[in-house]
Amino acid sequence: MAARIDLPAGGFSFDLAKRNAALEAQGATAPKATKTGTTIVGLVFKDGIVLGADTRATEGPIVADKNCEKIHYIAPNIYCCGAGTAADTEFTTHMISSKMDLHRLTTGRDSRVVTAMTLLKQYLFRYQGHISAALVLGGFDVTGPHLYTIYPHGSTDKLPYVTMGSGSLAAMSVFEAGWSRDMERQAAIDLVKDAIEAGIFNDLGSGSNVDVCVIEKNHVDYLRNYARPNERAQKEQQYRFAPGTTAVLKASVRNLVDVVEGDAMDITS
Amino acid sequence: MATSSAKEASFSPYEDNGGTNLAIAGQDYCVIASDTRQSRGYNINTRFAPKTFKLSDKTVLSTAGCQPDGNMVVTRIKQHMESYKHAHNKEMSTPAVGQLLSTMLYMKRFFPYYSFNILGGLDKEGKGCIYSYDAIGSAERVPCLASGSAAALVQPFLDNQVRNCNQVGKPRIMAASPVSHLSLDQAIKITKDAFTSATERDIYTGDNLQIFIVTRDGVEEQVHPLKRD
Repeated sequence: MAARIDLPAGGFSFDLAKRNAALEAQGATAPKATKTGTTIVGLVFKDGIVLGADTRATEGPIVADKNCEKIHYIAPNIYCCGAGTAADTEFTTHMISSKMDLHRLTTGRDSRVVTAMTLLKQYLFRYQGHISAALVLGGFDVTGPHLYTIYPHGSTDKLPYVTMGSGSLAAMSVFEAGWSRDMERQAAIDLVKDAIEAGIFNDLGSGSNVDVCVIEKNHVDYLRNYARPNERAQKEQQYRFAPGTTAVLKASVRNLVDVVEGDAMDITS
Repeated sequence: MATSSAKEASFSPYEDNGGTNLAIAGQDYCVIASDTRQSRGYNINTRFAPKTFKLSDKTVLSTAGCQPDGNMVVTRIKQHMESYKHAHNKEMSTPAVGQLLSTMLYMKRFFPYYSFNILGGLDKEGKGCIYSYDAIGSAERVPCLASGSAAALVQPFLDNQVRNCNQVGKPRIMAASPVSHLSLDQAIKITKDAFTSATERDIYTGDNLQIFIVTRDGVEEQVHPLKRD
C-alpha cells in the first residue's frame, strides 16, 4: 500500500491566531509590517499604458528601503503597482501572476487584463480588507489597453488616469492639470514622472526614485529608476576606524579538534 | 427609563511637528544646528520653519516637538532676558538662561510644553556649553546632544565621533569638563554629516540645515540645503 501523504492545505495558516490574541490581551505587541507609504500612478496614452511608482518603503517614521520595486510583473503584457503593506502587495501580485501563467498554459491564449483584475478583486474581497493591498493594474491585451485601480476591500475602477497610495493626492493634482486624451509616448512618460515626483517631494511616505513601466501592443519597457532626483550628496568626512579600535575584553582559544600523529585516512584498497 | 450618560469632549492639545536638533560644545565654541522642515503626519507644512533662535550674542536655543509650544518657550525666555537686562544692566549668562529655562518648564509640570529644548552657547569662562532638557525641566550640562525625530539616529553617532565612545586609544571627555576635543571645523563637518544621514532615513528630517556657530565674536548663522523628499 502506498504511503499516505498529507499535503498541507493551501492558503494562510491561522494556527497562532488564538495564542497571539491571548498574548496581546496580556499586553504584548505584534511586530510591525513594512508599509510602502507610496505614490503609484497609471495613465492611458495613444499607444498603451504608462505605470509609475516611487521607491521608498517605510516602517513608521523610518525609511526601511530607499530603492524598492513597486511595479510588479503579472504577465508579459500586464504589470501591477502596489501600495500598502509591502508583503501583502508582493505576495498577492506574485500569486495572481502564477495563476495567470497557468491560465495561459491551459487556454493557450495571451492573458487579458480583465482576468487579472477579476482574480485580484475576488481574492481581496474574500479577505474583507485584511490584506492591505491597494493596486494599480495596467496592461495591453487583445482587446486593447486597460487600466484599473483595485482597493484593499475588493472594489475596482476603470479609468484613463489613476493614482494610489499616500501620495495619490499630490500625483492626481498633476494628472488633473496635465492629462489629455491620446497623448504621445514621451509626453505620457514625462507626465507620469512629474506625478510621481509630486508625491516624492510633497508626501513624506514617498521618496527616492521614479520607476516607470510603458506597456504597448506586443512591447513592454520597464524603466527602473527612470529618474533619480534624490542622489545623496558627498559626505564631509570618511569614517574609517584603525585596527584595534574595538576593545578586546576577553580572549580564549580552544582546540576543537585533536590532531593525533598517524591518524591519516586509510587509503588501502 | 434610560439615563443619558456623561459626555466628555475630546481635546488633543499636542501635536508632533517633527524635526531634529543637534549641538556640539568645544573649548571655545558651540555649534547648534536644526533642520527646517515642519511637518504634520505625512504632510510638509513648510520647508523653512526655523527651530533654533539666537537669544543673545552668546546664547542660542533650539526646540523640537510641538512648534507653537517651542515658539512660546522662546518668546517667554526672551521676555525674561529683557527684564533681567533692565533690572541688572547686563546680559544674562548662558548658565543663567539654562537655569531659567529649567524652572520655566517645571512650572508647567502638569500641563507641559511639548517641547524638547537644547540650550547652547558660551559659559562665563568662554567655553562651549550645552544644556539638555526633557519636556518638564530636568536639565544637565553635556558635551554633545541630539533631540527631536531623528535623535535616536544621531545621538549614537555623536557619542562615537564627539565623545569617542567605544574607541580604544582616543581621549575620553571627563565629566568635570563637558566639552569636546574637536576643532570647530571638525564639529561642523560632523554636524553636516549627521544631518545628511538623518535625512536619508528619517522621513520628518530634511529640506534645509540651519547651523548656528557661537564664538567669542558672536553668533554666525549658516543655511545649507538638505534633500527634499
